[in-house]
Amino acid sequence: MGEQYVLKVNGKEYALRTGGGQMLADVLRDELHLIGTKKGCCQGECGACTVILDGKAVNSCMIPVAKAVGADILTIEGLQTEDGLHPLQKAFIEEGAVQCGFCTPGMIMSAKALLDEEANPTSAQIQEALSGNICRCTGYVKIEKAVQKASEELRKEG
Amino acid sequence: MTSHGVKFMDYHMATSVADALDTLLSKGCNAKIIAGGTDILLDLQSGRKQADALVDISRIEELKRIVLEGDELVIGGAVTHDEIVRSELVKKYAPALAQGCVTVGSLQIRNVATLAGNVINAQPAADGAVALSVYEPRFIIKTPSKTREDDLPTMYTGFGKSGLDCSQEILTEIRIPVQKENQYSAFSRVELRKALALPMLNCAVLCQVNRRSFEWIRISMAPVGVGPVRAAAAEAWLKGKSIDDANIQKGADLALQDANPRSNVLRGSAKYRKDVLPVLVSDCIHKALEAGGL
Repeated sequence: MGEQYVLKVNGKEYALRTGGGQMLADVLRDELHLIGTKKGCCQGECGACTVILDGKAVNSCMIPVAKAVGADILTIEGLQTEDGLHPLQKAFIEEGAVQCGFCTPGMIMSAKALLDEEANPTSAQIQEALSGNICRCTGYVKIEKAVQKASEELRKEG
Repeated sequence: MTSHGVKFMDYHMATSVADALDTLLSKGCNAKIIAGGTDILLDLQSGRKQADALVDISRIEELKRIVLEGDELVIGGAVTHDEIVRSELVKKYAPALAQGCVTVGSLQIRNVATLAGNVINAQPAADGAVALSVYEPRFIIKTPSKTREDDLPTMYTGFGKSGLDCSQEILTEIRIPVQKENQYSAFSRVELRKALALPMLNCAVLCQVNRRSFEWIRISMAPVGVGPVRAAAAEAWLKGKSIDDANIQKGADLALQDANPRSNVLRGSAKYRKDVLPVLVSDCIHKALEAGGL
């Protein structure tokens, strides 16, 4: 038996019955089947599970679901629109910033949180914003380039 | 790999301090306070700590303040590290604190984790707590029946042991005497990488300067004992000394007299830490003086 919760994810409301101890990452993946959010360490140390909660990048593996009630949650699935992929998603693909892809959703969400606040970030700001996301494959250079490219694209779109 | 999922009875989002305290008492079980949760959730998952219910204070408005009251900077018990880093008041009146808090964990952690929790978790080298310590803050702690004040040493009763019982008490405010003119501070750290890394050593300094001499200096260092440790011998020797490289280095060397670091497989041997500590303390003193244009 669990409690009733209403979560607002990617602009939609979902009514759930779940235990108060469930972490948001598990609820997103197991209850809502939004499996774009990945679970790496489950300890808040790798950033693979990063989502945006009320505008802030957070490790969803360390957010009890009750904490997320009433908040606006944005996951990787929420970036794509009817018009297609978000500029960040396109840039990651085009710049070769994806290898195994496991860190990618979390990386993109950290980048999204950055670009929502700072439209023209410096290299240092990009590195700082992504420093909570660990990548085993790419060496980070192409990831930074992809974020830079996406920021240029978004500024062109106005 | 699966998340363990903490099996506690229920999770209450408190709406006020009174509500939180009432809920703690009324649960009739092992209920604990949670703010950001980035430490306590790991402890609950691993079994290091136990709780049957959690009372979440992170949305209580009265605990989210960063305000100036007289000559004290008041930081509420639910203020996050990121809020501290961004605060113009903190940057002006307790700059070392902003420098310490920005090194905690990662941005994802800093967006939810609190300075109060950083102190209460009672790890020796908690960056926010080490930076805070040189300001000699007061901690306002509420229980259902009373309010008390503690100082920082009282908040540490042993390695990883807090002077606050989060099943009965809430740290509502941290009150920091503001940094005044002719006072300069800084926070420094040695680490394996710049994020997601606990410190190998950290240090904070607050000094008051008069005509190119130290009127007084406070030096906090970690992890060299239980909680942030004051370099008492160094502080006593530097008091009244003129500000020059030789005196600063001599003072920094004396920090070893109050330091008792342990060996850690990942974060440095005791010998390494003893070799590096005087360098870090000296760097931190210089950093504080440079902040004041000296």
